Amino acid sequence: MTLRDLINRLLRREQASGETAKQRLQLVLAHDRSDLNPELLQRMRQEILEVVSRYVEIDVEEGEVSLETEDRVTALVANLPIKRARSLPLIPGLGDSDQSTADPLRRAS
Amino acid sequence: MNATSARTILICSGKGGVGKTTLTANLGIALARQGARTAVIDADFGLRNLDLLLGLENRIVYTAQEVLAGSCRLEQALVKHKQEPNLALLPAGNPRMLDWLKPEDMKTIAAQVGQQSDYVLIDCPAGVEGGFRNAAAAAEEAIVVTTPELSAVRDADRVIGLLNSQGIQPIQLVLNRVRPKMMANQEMLSVQDVTDILALPLLGLVLEDEQVIVSTNRGEPLTLEGHGAGSPAARAYINVARRLCGEDVPLVDPSKERSGLRAKLGRLISKNLF
Ligand SMILES: Nc1ncnc2c1ncn2[C@@H]1O[C@H](COP(=O)(O)OP(=O)(O)OP(=O)(O)O)[C@@H](O)[C@H]1O
Ligand SMILES: [Mg+2]
Repeated sequence: MTLRDLINRLLRREQASGETAKQRLQLVLAHDRSDLNPELLQRMRQEILEVVSRYVEIDVEEGEVSLETEDRVTALVANLPIKRARSLPLIPGLGDSDQSTADPLRRAS
Repeated sequence: MNATSARTILICSGKGGVGKTTLTANLGIALARQGARTAVIDADFGLRNLDLLLGLENRIVYTAQEVLAGSCRLEQALVKHKQEPNLALLPAGNPRMLDWLKPEDMKTIAAQVGQQSDYVLIDCPAGVEGGFRNAAAAAEEAIVVTTPELSAVRDADRVIGLLNSQGIQPIQLVLNRVRPKMMANQEMLSVQDVTDILALPLLGLVLEDEQVIVSTNRGEPLTLEGHGAGSPAARAYINVARRLCGEDVPLVDPSKERSGLRAKLGRLISKNLF
């Protein structure tokens, strides 16, 4: 590590390369293990957002659909902040008794 | 003699050049020195090297090929190590064998070798194709070798997936070419990162060590008495052998170890680390 690297690190301008390696590895392994490439994941994300938006108004900017992996188990994790539930008429084929603000896709991380 | 007592262990990595053959040679000698009847099989038919690392390249008469063809007995093909007669090498056959060699053939060979050994170590070729599949078919358990680098860990992960699907168990990890200084500076994946990500028990940590190259030049594994007996890699390989035999030898995470005089003194006192 050069002095310049050290200074950058101390000033938090740059994260240690070991940390970068770890993050890149976790991401690439999540894709390897699930056999999902980033493009497929992007398409799935788009469709999930569409489906969920039919029921609840979500913050699309903040929404996140990603693969997470722990102990060699990979999970698809969707974290979609809800603004509010849609009013019923927008939901096709749903009876008027079942209005829920629960978010079935949200999981504790 | 118990015919089914041999532990048949695959030494594999996915990525090439991470230290499989070096581990096979050193672990083979270390186990033999502990009194175990040990055989090492060179399953890297394309690019064999195990004979060189053991210094046995000039003593090969027959190979796995003749054994399979039935043109020699197994005892004729097995090359006994000069200084360590508990260790024998079954050399790889001609690379052209790759055209017809099947997983069943490797199973046959390993079973025969296992009849007169306590440990059978199989030096696996790099990659995840035919050569790997043949070698894996013959094994009951596996040691995955990796270095703390992105590509090596990624390839190790792929191999672990394949080993899992073949029901090979247990699978243990040896982390090779560790540079404590870089780890301490977080300029390298840490031991914890690698074991967390691969979710395997750690069987050993081998430091980056110039003595490995010197011993390769001589064809004398570090675990043979006399050469590099005090070198960090030699101790690491001996400890891998001891852990494999069920001995409880503590592991120390080099990225968590503090440098400085006190740490150095500590290291001098407990030479068992790594
Ligand atoms: N701990 C170490 N310190 C220094 N050099 C090492 C260490 N381990 C292995 N090497 C060197 O790395 C190179 C590759 O080692 P080795 O042949 O054992 O790897 P391999 O996994 O068997 O390779 P291949 O995939 O080609 O069969 C060799 O030059 C060896 O000397
Ligand atoms: Mg090799």
